[in-house]
Amino acid sequence: MSNLLNSYFVKTHKLEISITIIAVVLFLIYFLGAPHVFTRFPIYRAFMQSMPFFGIIAISATFVVTLGEIDLSFPSIVGITSLIFGIIMTSTDGNFFIAFILATSLGMFAGLVNGLLVTKIGIPSIVATIGTLFFWRGLVNVISQGSGIAIVDVADGTWHHMIFVEKLFGKIPMQFIWFIVLTGLMQWVYRYHKFGNHIHFVGDNKASAQMMGINVDNVKIIAFVQLGFFSALAGIFTMYEMLYFWPTQGEGLMLTTLAAVFVGGTSVFGGKGTIFGTFIGVLIIGSLESGIVALGLSGFYVKFINGLMITVAVTVYALIQRRKN
Amino acid sequence: MLLLHWQQYKSDKLNFITCLTFKAGLFSMAEELLKLQNIYKNFGNVKVLKDVNIKINKGEVVALIGDNGAGKSTLIKVITGVHSPNSGKVFFKEKEVQIKSVAQSRKMGIEAVYQERALCDQQELYRNIFAGREITNSFGFLDIKKQRKEAEKILRDYIGFTSKAITVDSQVMGLSGGEKQGVAFGRSLYFNSDLIVLDEPTMGLSIQETEKVLNFVKGLKNENKSAIFIDHNIIHVYGAADRFIILDRGEVVGEFNKEDISREELVQKMIQLHESGKIKVED
Repeated sequence: MSNLLNSYFVKTHKLEISITIIAVVLFLIYFLGAPHVFTRFPIYRAFMQSMPFFGIIAISATFVVTLGEIDLSFPSIVGITSLIFGIIMTSTDGNFFIAFILATSLGMFAGLVNGLLVTKIGIPSIVATIGTLFFWRGLVNVISQGSGIAIVDVADGTWHHMIFVEKLFGKIPMQFIWFIVLTGLMQWVYRYHKFGNHIHFVGDNKASAQMMGINVDNVKIIAFVQLGFFSALAGIFTMYEMLYFWPTQGEGLMLTTLAAVFVGGTSVFGGKGTIFGTFIGVLIIGSLESGIVALGLSGFYVKFINGLMITVAVTVYALIQRRKN
Repeated sequence: MLLLHWQQYKSDKLNFITCLTFKAGLFSMAEELLKLQNIYKNFGNVKVLKDVNIKINKGEVVALIGDNGAGKSTLIKVITGVHSPNSGKVFFKEKEVQIKSVAQSRKMGIEAVYQERALCDQQELYRNIFAGREITNSFGFLDIKKQRKEAEKILRDYIGFTSKAITVDSQVMGLSGGEKQGVAFGRSLYFNSDLIVLDEPTMGLSIQETEKVLNFVKGLKNENKSAIFIDHNIIHVYGAADRFIILDRGEVVGEFNKEDISREELVQKMIQLHESGKIKVED
């Protein structure tokens, strides 16, 4: 046992192991407290259906948080790109390719704007992205004039609807499969690609990274751009699920998404993080609401327990970090 | 028998003479590695470097000395591509170059070991050693196995770490100042650079660690590598360098070869400079 505890894997994956234990305990509580719900499949199908919408963004946001930066504008990027997707889908009679390319390009453009504001103009990311948060949402309101767009006629029953949100074997929502695949891919990039490596160095110590020949500005810009892309993608997933665009789309995503990243163990100070942790964070944050209600507590407890989880988790990680130093 | 002796003597003498001329030839034609010509650098209105001209030959260790704010750090950052000069020319291996980035200077063969130590604390050693020039496949994915293997080689062979506590997977955080400096040196040796730039390499180190660092600097000459280094401690500087360049308020105010000046005289010059703001070069 002590051998196991001292092994290289355990030593280097303390964070991932702790977060997994927390998740297992949480699901055990659900399971024991509400067996009538948690021994049956539908609750898991509901989780698999809803988690990917913010989970995809959380995975992508882990890159930005590891940089020591933050992006608060993604809920509005989801809004504007979904709007454009809806408009193009309806006006081209369901031309998926054009709609997809334009919506994701707009997402990347929005990310580029964030990246340029942060690196070239020098505005702290928390301020810059509050600005763009309002800007893109404002643009959604101006363009949509407050009304929604139904894409049911052009999307329902198409092959793209099938690969995005229909059920594999009639049971597993496709968006969850995509979420798993993207998580794996992003984990690989995060740990084993040059870009992921540079993200860690820039987040750790910007000046040192620069002296080691890493182009700090470019790394930051690319991080914001990829978050813009994945925000657009999450918006498109939501559109297929709902078959409808509504002007506040994305607004509820901010806190759950960032909470998943932080609960997952990515350092608020930058330089360290884990995609796997964020994935587990998504499972935790995404299950809290249904879990709490299923346990018989009223819905009023949801935010309270959410807040408790986040505060405790972030405190614990900060303490681990301090002990290391 | 006598004849033989005479011939032997003659050939020895001949050898000696040719050897002398050869050496003298080498000396006068010492191969130039880096030359800075009329370098100016301003930060806003502040003129940090004013008409700086320096030259560094192959296999030579040059010390930059001067007070705080003399422009030493700025000068070496011009050389390593962190700053671009406002005007002036830079020649490397007798070709005019414009060093626009750290990546470019590294590619040319200039490697820096900075005061701030240029390592990232929370990252593993094998990642730190290859940061900014990772070993990757054509899709940009890291060859972790190779990086770890090469890093291991650097730790054991180039730096001589024997401690089992430090492995390629250690985070930099747990290393002592000297060990960090060692990693930076190991990196510069591994990448086979021609010119190594050392900014305060002994700052904050224990006496034994300082000793190691100075030995490293001396060792560079054996490999025909050159170095520029900045250090506040004249004793360190004098022991390790071949030539001293004194900077004052952005200008080169004196330049001495080690054989022309004793340690005491060098200290005297620095005190003189400090007191009068001038330096007597003629004596």
